[in-house]
Order: sequence, then C-alpha cells, then structure tokens
Amino acid sequence: MAGISGLALKRPSVIPGFGLAFGFALTYLGLIVLIPLGAMVVKAASLGLAGFWDIVTNPRTVAALRLSFVTSLIAAGINAVFGVVIAWVLVRYRFPAKRLLDAFVDLPFALPTAVAGIALTAIYAPNGWIGSWLAPLGIKVAYTPLGILIALVFIGLPFVVRTVQPVLEEFDREIEEAAATLGARRDQTIFRVVLPALIPAILTGFALALARAVGEYGSVIFIAGNIPYVSEIAPLLIVIRLEEFGYAEATAIGTAMLLISFGLLVFVHVVQAWRRRRFGND
Amino acid sequence: MTNLSMAPVPAPAGRGTEVTTETRPVRALLIGIAVAFLALFLLLPLGAVFVEAFRVGASAYFDAISEPDALAAIRLTLIVAAIAVPTNLVFGLAAAWAIAKFEFRGKSLLNALIDLPFSVSPVIAGLIYVLLFGAQGYLGPYLQSHDIQIVFALPGIVLATIFVTVPFVARELVPLMQEQGTQDEEAALSLGASGWQTFFRVTLPNVRWALLYGVVLCNARAMGEFGAVSVVSGHIRGKTNTMPLHVEILYNEYNFAAAFAVASLLALLALFTLIVKATLEWRYAGQIAASRRH
Repeated sequence: MAGISGLALKRPSVIPGFGLAFGFALTYLGLIVLIPLGAMVVKAASLGLAGFWDIVTNPRTVAALRLSFVTSLIAAGINAVFGVVIAWVLVRYRFPAKRLLDAFVDLPFALPTAVAGIALTAIYAPNGWIGSWLAPLGIKVAYTPLGILIALVFIGLPFVVRTVQPVLEEFDREIEEAAATLGARRDQTIFRVVLPALIPAILTGFALALARAVGEYGSVIFIAGNIPYVSEIAPLLIVIRLEEFGYAEATAIGTAMLLISFGLLVFVHVVQAWRRRRFGND
Repeated sequence: MTNLSMAPVPAPAGRGTEVTTETRPVRALLIGIAVAFLALFLLLPLGAVFVEAFRVGASAYFDAISEPDALAAIRLTLIVAAIAVPTNLVFGLAAAWAIAKFEFRGKSLLNALIDLPFSVSPVIAGLIYVLLFGAQGYLGPYLQSHDIQIVFALPGIVLATIFVTVPFVARELVPLMQEQGTQDEEAALSLGASGWQTFFRVTLPNVRWALLYGVVLCNARAMGEFGAVSVVSGHIRGKTNTMPLHVEILYNEYNFAAAFAVASLLALLALFTLIVKATLEWRYAGQIAASRRH
C-alpha cells in the first residue's frame, strides 16, 4: 500500500474520525454479517467432512442444487444476450419512450420478489394470460422448470444491462470510424471491435445475474410447483429442512451455496482486474 | 449488410454518423427486440398485479387492504423499514467516511465485504440468525433462560432485513465520496471547523442526493424482502407477517384477489422508487456516483 509506512494501519491525515468511522463500520459488519455467516460455517464444519459430504450428495440435495444451477446458468445466458441488445438500443438509438424504458429496466430491483412471483404465475399458469395460449400447444410453463427459468430471467434482467450500459457510453466512436475507414463492414466492426471491448462487462453482469439467480427464492417458489427432484430449488430445500428441524441439512446446503457464491464473487473480481489491465482504468 | 452508397441515414442519438451506426431495418429490429423483451418480462407482470387486484371489484380491493391482518402487516413492514433503513444509513456514512477519506490497510477488503450480502441467498440470511438465536441455536439456551425472543419475533425480522440491505447506502456513497476527495473537508478544518461541523456542514450536503438515492433503494428492498424474513418470521398472522408474507399467505389460501390487492401496494412502492431513482439520475446526475449517471 503506497504511502503507509511501517506498521501503521493508515496514512496520517488531518481529517478526524477515522477511528470512530472505521471501528463502527467494522463492528457493524462483524455483528450483522461476518459472525452470523461464520457461525453457519462453524456449524457446517462440526458435521465433519464425511457428514457434510453425505448431506450434500443426498440425491434430493443434488437434484435441487443441479436444478438451481442449470436454470440460473441458462437464465443468466438469456440475460447476457438480451441485456446487450437492450443496453445497445438504450445507448445508441433514439426512439419514443426511451427514457421511460430505461427507468423500467430496474423494476426487478424495486418490485418485491413475492409480488413478481405471484404476477408471473398469474401470467403463465395454464389458465393465465399467456399460459392459456401455450396450453393448447402442449407447453406448460408454470409449475415446471421452465417457470423457474422465466422467474430467474425476470430477476436477473437489470444486471447485464447496467454493467454494459456505462461501458458502451464511454466507448470511443472514433475507433468505430477508424474500423470503417480501414474497410471493415459494420457487422465486422461490431463483432470484432466493439463486442470484444464489452466482454468483461458482459461477463461481470452474467456472473452477478447468476449469483442472484442461484440464491433467488421469492419469485421462484410460486411459479415452480416445488416438486422434489423436478422443480425444487436449493433455497427452498433449505427452508423445508429448517421446517423439519433438520438444522444440519439446512446448514450444509447453505454452506455449499455460500462457497459457490464466493467462487462467483472471486470470478467477478478477477474479471474486473483483467479488464483494468487490458482496457485501462474506468 | 451495410450499403454505404445508399442515401444518408439520419444520424441517431450521439455523435454517430452513417459509418458508425446500423442500417434502418437493423435498428428497427433491435429496438423491436428490446422493447418486446422488456414488455414481456417487465410491463406484463406489473400490469398483471393491478388487473388481478381489481378483478373482483374495487370494494373487494379496499376490503382486502383494510382488514385487520393486512393493516397489521402494513404496520409491521413500516416498523421494520423504520429501523433497518436508518441503521444502514448510519453504517453507510461511517463506512464511506473511512474508505473515501483515508488510506489504510485492508481498505479494498472492507470495500468488498460491504457488498457481500448481495451475493448471499436471502434464505441463508434468515438461516444464519436461526442458527444463532433459534431454540436450537448457539445462543438459544441463554436467550430462553432470559426470556428474550429474537427469532420468530420483531428483532429477528429486523436483523434479517438489515442483513440483506447493508450495502445499499454505502455503495452509493463510497464511489462518490472517493471522487470528491478531501479538499473540501481540509479547507473547512483549516478554517477552524470541528470534525462534526465539517461532517454535517460540508460532507453531508455534498452527498445529499446520493444519500437519498441509496435510502430509497434500501427502503424498497427493506419493505419488499421476502426470503430472509420468511425464514425468521414464524408466519404468525397479524403478528409477525410483513406485507410480502401476508401476500404469500393469502395466495396460498387461494384468496387471489386479496393477495394481489396487498401486492399492488408493494407494486406502487416499486413504481414510486423507480420514479424517484430516475428523477435523481436525471436531475442531479453530477451529484450522484459516477456509475449511476446515464
């Protein structure tokens, strides 16, 4: 750390209040976040590796974790594709109600998940707005993994848009002009010049959407049907185990999910560091 | 694909010329895809909430949101937000003051830890407090012998809500205050202001719109949180049910119109949040964090 010499915690400053602010923030994070999370990990450790492994590899747990991951991966992928299109349209084009649409992208952050859950179920249930059109075609959305996917696409929608949008706004158009001057077709410019520069932002948004989707509960449980081995997501299984007083199982599944989230978080930081090295500071 | 010899296409937003934008059909197609996707996934569910809420008439709607259990749920939701939001506001100010105004070891770690609750499942946020304070939990026997109830009562609901909303205020303030630097504070101090005077008269006014921005988002999540609160609430009707939990109970009783009626209040809160957020981004773009300026 530049400017901090020897054993000192911080660089000397004329501004007061470091001790109070830092101490309060650290104590607060410790009491609210770190100690409770640590307690869960300690409890999981007390199961022993074999005990932990037994629970995590229980067929119903494996089915729930796999379902959560596969649906979240697909949903994050869908959001990556459409998120780039939406960000592109919002940054580059002018059309009516654009500002309104831009503000609306954040709806999944603002709308409580339970409200989203019952609304999506009302739309995609066999007698619902869209569900009743799909039912004659033999497509069932609500109460199947497809319904889970719809809910996860909803919940992850803003992440890719909001990570790509600022990068695209900063993107230097002269580079595109240069590409065109050198004879590149527009599609070549987009796919070989613009999109590669957006990849770190897309990956970051993808990972954030994925992390959110894996842990999502409220918007999913109404539309999922919650049939064990078929449409039961991992967070729901934690709730079910808790209601059965299966604290060990709930703890082990929770810890497994926490480890996975940490992995994603580390991934995001690695991507950000790579982006700073490759494309300079933001 | 792009025919450069065709008549000049009117330049769209920004500095685009015909070589740095797409042809008109491609633009129309992309706009169509984006609008259709947003309409299908965002507008349709939002519309569904209000249509379903009024499906059996306005009087049923007003009955559903004024019956005693609904009022109790609304009251509890307001109480929880009234505790959780100011608590996280104070935390956000303290964390931002430390991170933005000083250089110290472990700063980037502290910065990363603030965002941690966003990557933890809300269900886990509830679970950890049950493991700590529940009857079978680490502190359960002690709490029971002293007749203190945390889980399945207000304190547990507040704690779980605080957990999931920890980052909101801090993540708005930290980048903005880092950007603003320390000159203003140093000037105030050199002119003889005390530390607290500097904070309340210089720093706080400098960040007031970002603070409001963070508080509005924090409040929306605090009032709407479902997973974390669901685990610690115990679902005692009229007592430990917040509005989202009340929606769930009504829905599971097949009382759809009432469920959507209460849900519509939360949807209005979401719309209010989006309006305030968009207004702040538009009106005070220069005074909220760089990452929020569109």
